[in-house]
Amino acid sequence: MSVMSREVNTVMKLRTLGRHGKEGIKNLGRNGWMTFASISAVTVALILVGLFLSVMLNLNKIASEIENNVEVRVYVDRTASQADQQQLKEKLEKVKDVKSINYQSRKEGLNNLIDSMGDDGDVFASLKKENPLPDAFILKTEKPKQTLTVANTVKRYPHVSEVRYGKGTVEKLFKFVDIARNIGVVLIIGLLFTSIFLIANTIKLTIVARRKEIEIMKLVGATNSFVRWPYFIEGLLLGVLGSIIPIVLVTLGYREIYLRFSGKFESFFIELVPYNTMSFYLSLLLLLIGAVIGVWGSVSSVRKFLKV
Amino acid sequence: MIEMKDVWKAYPNGVMAVNGIDIHIEKGEFVYIVGPSGAGKSTFIKLMHREVKPTKGKILIEGIDITKLRNRHVPKVRRKLGVVFQDFKLLPKLTVYENVAFALEVIEEHPRYIRKRVMDVLDLVKLKHKARSLPDELSGGEQQRISIARSIVNNPLVVIADEPTGNLDPENAWGIMEILEEINESGTTIVMATHNKDIVNTMKKRVIAIEGGMVVRDEQRGEYGYEA
Repeated sequence: MSVMSREVNTVMKLRTLGRHGKEGIKNLGRNGWMTFASISAVTVALILVGLFLSVMLNLNKIASEIENNVEVRVYVDRTASQADQQQLKEKLEKVKDVKSINYQSRKEGLNNLIDSMGDDGDVFASLKKENPLPDAFILKTEKPKQTLTVANTVKRYPHVSEVRYGKGTVEKLFKFVDIARNIGVVLIIGLLFTSIFLIANTIKLTIVARRKEIEIMKLVGATNSFVRWPYFIEGLLLGVLGSIIPIVLVTLGYREIYLRFSGKFESFFIELVPYNTMSFYLSLLLLLIGAVIGVWGSVSSVRKFLKV
Repeated sequence: MIEMKDVWKAYPNGVMAVNGIDIHIEKGEFVYIVGPSGAGKSTFIKLMHREVKPTKGKILIEGIDITKLRNRHVPKVRRKLGVVFQDFKLLPKLTVYENVAFALEVIEEHPRYIRKRVMDVLDLVKLKHKARSLPDELSGGEQQRISIARSIVNNPLVVIADEPTGNLDPENAWGIMEILEEINESGTTIVMATHNKDIVNTMKKRVIAIEGGMVVRDEQRGEYGYEA
């Protein structure tokens, strides 16, 4: 008996879900212009969010690449012997905050330089005969910001001819990325709240007209969730429909930019997020954000009317 | 079956609508709630289906204290009650049939049961032939019969009616009373707030008079007791 009734229950729930879906879709049509207004609000907000997101994702990538690449190069005096170098290495290993030490011989150094220049690197090929570069230890620190102290400590060691760690530029870059990230987050959150507010208000207008219906539903014993479901679905649809145009625009736009500019910045060690990855994440994010703000806006506006 | 124990209700604006009511209504009774305007009748009705909560006191329906009920359990109590309003509260865009079926859809009854039950109830209020009409196409009396049909479609223990004949002419009012009496005879308790002297005096049922938020009279086979 209990199994039977449970089965009946499941069937009823599916049927009820069908009813809610139908109601939700019907509501979209019934409130034609309001629906249009809500979708437009989501669309505009999501286009902007999409733009910011693509910029921010790139900034993030650049920032983390820089962070991984921040290093201290310790150039060894050309007169230092093998034993001197070994001694220096042991000393370097004992410096606080140093995560790893790589030895780069002058030959490797030149090859790396030529490789990193791509086609232009051929110019340096002639230097192979008389390599002007010194041998070097490349130190990585636990945190990018420790490079400064490490560099200052190491500078005074014997047989060190020069220490480089991208003085100044690294700090400025970090600051820039931090600020840009914060501005982006604030703008995106602002935009999202604006569109939630717009949706909530649009739906509230349509609910006022349906207030009587909700009141009667509650009086004949409908649960709050029963009343809420159609609005949930309506909001979800508004959000998802509103995210279509932004997804198409932003992914196509990004593709255009990516194809035009990728590779152009390589000499600055900057690479854009690949087109495929980007469009996948952007589409997913925009769809998700659209759905969430739609549902949020819609469901939050019913709450007030449920207190019967 | 319905019990109010020392029930008080003060509205946030300071109005003391109900001031210490104790009553007991048995299953199958037919009770009139009478009293001058502003005496607290509507609040009394609203307290019974928990449209408002009392500031103090207990309200028991079938032994369950509905004042202590959590919000999410309120629907369960409401399903045992049928409510009829002076202004009918029908949904204008739905047909007569849909308006009645609505009450069963909301509590997720099976469609086949809904079809049969709705037609049975429409038959009871003698409006089966108007099933496909919209509420606006019906007279006031007919609309109130639809609203009664909706209130009893889920087989409630109690029908609570707030001035159901208030907007109707005498002929239609009597039609409504006939239906309510029929429902009462089948065992459903009926609690009806009214201003209609003729109806109360003719029907000879229990009368509870409320004045200033207090019960001032409670008589079996009572009279209206006020000038109409």
